[in-house]
Amino acid sequence: MSNQYKLIRCTINGKTVERMVDVRASLTDMLRNDFRLTSVKKGCEVGECGACNVLINGECFNSCLYLAAWADGKNIRTAEDLMAPDGELADIQQAFIDEAAIQCGFCTPGFLMTAVEILESGKEYTDEELRKLLSGHLCRCTGYENILRAVKKTMLRRLGKV
Amino acid sequence: MSKTVGQSMLRVDAFDKAAGRAKYTDDLCDRSALVTRIIHSTIAHGMVKRVDTAQAEQVPGVVKIFTCFDVPDLPFPTAGHPWSTDPHHQDVADRLLLNRHVRYYGDEVAVVVAEDEVSAAQAARLVQVEYDEYPFVLDVQQAMAPDAPQIHTEYPGNILAHTQIRTGDYESACKEPGLIKVEGWYDTPTVQHCHIENHVCSAYMEGGRITVTSSTQIPHIVRRVCGQALGIPWGKVRIIKPYIGGGFGNKQDALYEPLCAWLTTRLGGRLVKVDCSREETFVSNRVRHAIRTHIISWVRPDGSFAARKIECFSNQGGYASHGHGIVAKGMGAFPQIYPCPNVEGDAYTVFTNRPSAGAMRGYGIPQAMWAGESHIDDVARALGREPSEYRRQIVMPQGYVDPFSKNENYYDTFRQVMDKGMAAIGYEKKRKEYENQTGPVRRGVGMALFWYNTAVWPISLESSSCRMVLNQDGSVQVQTGETEIGQGCDTAFAQMAADAIGIPFGDVHIVSTQDTDVTPFGTGAYASRQTYIGGFALRQTAQLLRDRILTYAVELTRQMKENLDLINGRIVRITDGRELMTLGELATEALYSLTHSQHITAESTYQIKNNAYSFGCTFAEVEVDIPMCKVKLLNIVNVHDCGKLINPALAEAQVHGGMSMGIGYGLSEQLLFDERTGKPLNNNLLDYKLSTFMDHPHLQALFVENPEPTSPYGTKALGEPPACSPAPAIRNAVLQATGVAVNNAPMTPHVLFARFKAEGLL
Amino acid sequence: MYDLKALYEAQSVQDAVRLRLEHPQAQILAGGTDVLVQMREGKRAGKELISIYGIDALRGVALEEDGTIRIGSLTSFSHITKDPIIQKYINVLGEAVDMVGGPQIRNAGTIGGNTCNGVTSADSASTLFAWDAVVELTGGNGVRKLPIQDFYISAGKVDIRPDEIQTAVLIPKASYESCFGHYIKYAMRNAMDIATTGCSVNVVLSEDKKSIVRARIAYGVAGPIPLRCSHAEAAAQGRSLTEETAEAFSSAVLEDIHPRDSWRASKAFREHIAVELAKRGLKESIRLAGGELA
Repeated sequence: MSNQYKLIRCTINGKTVERMVDVRASLTDMLRNDFRLTSVKKGCEVGECGACNVLINGECFNSCLYLAAWADGKNIRTAEDLMAPDGELADIQQAFIDEAAIQCGFCTPGFLMTAVEILESGKEYTDEELRKLLSGHLCRCTGYENILRAVKKTMLRRLGKV
Repeated sequence: MSKTVGQSMLRVDAFDKAAGRAKYTDDLCDRSALVTRIIHSTIAHGMVKRVDTAQAEQVPGVVKIFTCFDVPDLPFPTAGHPWSTDPHHQDVADRLLLNRHVRYYGDEVAVVVAEDEVSAAQAARLVQVEYDEYPFVLDVQQAMAPDAPQIHTEYPGNILAHTQIRTGDYESACKEPGLIKVEGWYDTPTVQHCHIENHVCSAYMEGGRITVTSSTQIPHIVRRVCGQALGIPWGKVRIIKPYIGGGFGNKQDALYEPLCAWLTTRLGGRLVKVDCSREETFVSNRVRHAIRTHIISWVRPDGSFAARKIECFSNQGGYASHGHGIVAKGMGAFPQIYPCPNVEGDAYTVFTNRPSAGAMRGYGIPQAMWAGESHIDDVARALGREPSEYRRQIVMPQGYVDPFSKNENYYDTFRQVMDKGMAAIGYEKKRKEYENQTGPVRRGVGMALFWYNTAVWPISLESSSCRMVLNQDGSVQVQTGETEIGQGCDTAFAQMAADAIGIPFGDVHIVSTQDTDVTPFGTGAYASRQTYIGGFALRQTAQLLRDRILTYAVELTRQMKENLDLINGRIVRITDGRELMTLGELATEALYSLTHSQHITAESTYQIKNNAYSFGCTFAEVEVDIPMCKVKLLNIVNVHDCGKLINPALAEAQVHGGMSMGIGYGLSEQLLFDERTGKPLNNNLLDYKLSTFMDHPHLQALFVENPEPTSPYGTKALGEPPACSPAPAIRNAVLQATGVAVNNAPMTPHVLFARFKAEGLL
Repeated sequence: MYDLKALYEAQSVQDAVRLRLEHPQAQILAGGTDVLVQMREGKRAGKELISIYGIDALRGVALEEDGTIRIGSLTSFSHITKDPIIQKYINVLGEAVDMVGGPQIRNAGTIGGNTCNGVTSADSASTLFAWDAVVELTGGNGVRKLPIQDFYISAGKVDIRPDEIQTAVLIPKASYESCFGHYIKYAMRNAMDIATTGCSVNVVLSEDKKSIVRARIAYGVAGPIPLRCSHAEAAAQGRSLTEETAEAFSSAVLEDIHPRDSWRASKAFREHIAVELAKRGLKESIRLAGGELA
């Protein structure tokens, strides 16, 4: 069988790109291999750990279960997009650092992108709601405790409540 | 002197990790790498008769298929223990790179090497393996039966090791009149580490040597094991450890590095990668030993122990790995945490046809505490005593010295941590409030203590090496053989080094990537030893470096050395406090001086012949919905005495993670096997119930900081201890809530259903 | 990298129908959260896929003229939960699909995929069964509608003809009017889990809120496919709001369900839980409907 390719055009971290992709590729494969966006991690490849989570048109998806071919026309954001061009970290990244929410760091980029979706909703959530919104990620190091603190603190700051 | 030790400095690696730029093993692997797919055995026990690769080799993209008939006949050990030059203390060498005699469902039989992963997967499905099937055994005590299948011919009865404790005279002591006998069997499950980064490694050859980049906790040990497995001088192997996505003990074994190293030698030194799937990580890496424990306590009416008997049966699985060390450590805890004059203990480590058990956070202590702390509540119940008050009577006293390790309990730690935990959870009030409940939903509060000792001395070598290199600007590279795997030791080391050298925290550059070609020798991350052990070499090497710096300063300042000090990166004349020059100025002059050029560095090894106890407790409050057979954890508090905290925020975070693992151990995690085939049933993150964000209450971590006298920084173990006591504390809370003693972990709804039915609650 | 033989991407429903006929061996792919997992496991390896994921016309919830709620088959779980029509008329469905996996899975997974899978544990299915949902299929000969109970044939098998794709799930007005319901997912974890048993109950109460006019109950994982409990429903119909009614209703489910022993749970355990869920589901539905247990 000869390999099948598809030309896709999409926006990745603010840049419009055009690329021939192997239709067999997952979005994880495409982002890691073709664009070297290695913040997109592989932890299970079946949507159970959340390490490969990215934003697609503003919503979070496990990129392992998303075909690269579907990226055509989409706006995709990874953790590499969060830092400002001048090198300043986003508030949520800084909060993860300040709250000791990072240990091995392997789940961190995925969590950050879900946090971005939560924060960009502009809503205020209870702790229970935040736990549910963040529940698509597994972490073995932190017991989730400081991740909750980091997201909550950033949410309240953005809402002007701290 | 202390400026940064004791402060919550931000992690030195947090920026790169938050930015998504930290590179882990697979991120560093070039895309040109050949990929592999391991063919795992689909039977639990047997002999491979034939491997037919003909069809698989036809798949385009396949480079080569190696089978168990191709590998060198060089059995090697895998445990991440320091090597012993005494042959009697060496780890069991029972592995081959690929195995003809397969000993568990998931053993390695063959490996496909291909240009891409789809070709590898397609070929792997076409490899035909023909087996001579043998009977198999999964249960530890069944494996000890006379007619059980023999898994290793060298170990009759499948017993890898049996050790004993014989203190006093158990047989006579238990005949004392008026004793109350409390007996229980306690079971712990096979669980897995579930670090989010699966094990992955890649290897290539350069200059006739093999370089392996690996997600490992133990680079120097892996180098040795690769050398042993391939039958080549150890110096021919170089191991690189970049950032690691968690280990928890699984990566304290040589996993697929030896195979990967061998593959590159068979492929002309081409870059080849072995990338474990999650399913493989669960089964074909390592698991925690399931241990069944039988305890009999003979108790006087006043609560004191007359005699105790402990039997531990540890399920080793197919290969020795860390072997008997785990249950030996666990059994060793029993007579210490609650001293008793007459103790009979027997620990057995037994081969079965389950995945191989290795090191996992706690190293036998979570199992021992599940049994021991559940049992203490059972004893308290039999005596009609309140469990916390009862523990105060019988627990290891201040001043206790273990005759073997010479560890000393310098403080009244157990009572102090209990005081703190009880106050935090409101124990006494709740304990009373939850007495005599009825109805379908009931609450309870429970506790458990834990015993732990830091590091491995005197059982094994404890040494640490460190190198410090002064830069022109007065900053210092620090390297140690201790390994950052996510726990935060690089940050703790930077703090220690900054204070010990006398430079600002930001001027310490910890080299996180380890490379056995350049990293000083060290045995790696395990036994909660990094901060304790690393501290010795850091302190000693910092003294050497300071001495060289101040000696050079004498030349430049014409001041007496004894009148000089290095404070916060400046050479200071202590007689009047005047800053004479910055360390940067000194270092620049030292390097470029036309009269006396010197690269100021220091390097040293410190062998540690001490060890330290690290104790603590958990208090848990639960709500049990009896008809739903569910336990909801409402509150949980861990209190630790790990000595002086180097970094309180990171220490707290470390405790959270351990508590989470302990909660899973008590309530939900268990790797299951099909009794008919030995096949693992739930080796994925959906069916294996690792706690999610919604399965925890707020996790509270508290500390009692009694400085450890043997440590240069007053610190001792914290990495593993947090996982040791949550599960029995939850169990004891369920006991208070329902009156039902659940002796099998995890307390899943299935287990509770059976127990509640048996006790007439359903 | 997925071991797929070929990928055909449908641009429209008609296109999908054409591709179905051209590639009879191909597997339909919607949100990917099940099919791609199975492909990676090797179960569907080497297959051709027809992706319908790009057909935006199949997304969204609408109220049709006759009051039928129309849920496009590619509507994701999270969009169902957030949809105002769902929240107003059949909130329990939004709650049920909000228990699927985790947030990312709920952004990807679709109600069409969830039902076409034919698995008994689908979190949407028991509620759709309990609310007499109708499945709309579109093929070469136009549209075919069938009750969801007829759509499910056996474990993993649903009634989709070779030229069809599922285009909508419909909730008739008569089903949701004055009706209040509750779904309980019983699982081993509070997130990222599949149901050990799922139970969806709904009631219509009399105007005086004193008795049950209609009770419906359906389960997932109480048999090879989701199922309704006619005995239990009969036991509650017309009965007053009492503890006895709840007992009669819940114990009657044992006449309807037939869970099996598996490594995930024993039959005895599932039966025990099913009864408890029925009782709690009924009580909560009554409460939502404004009733009070006497």
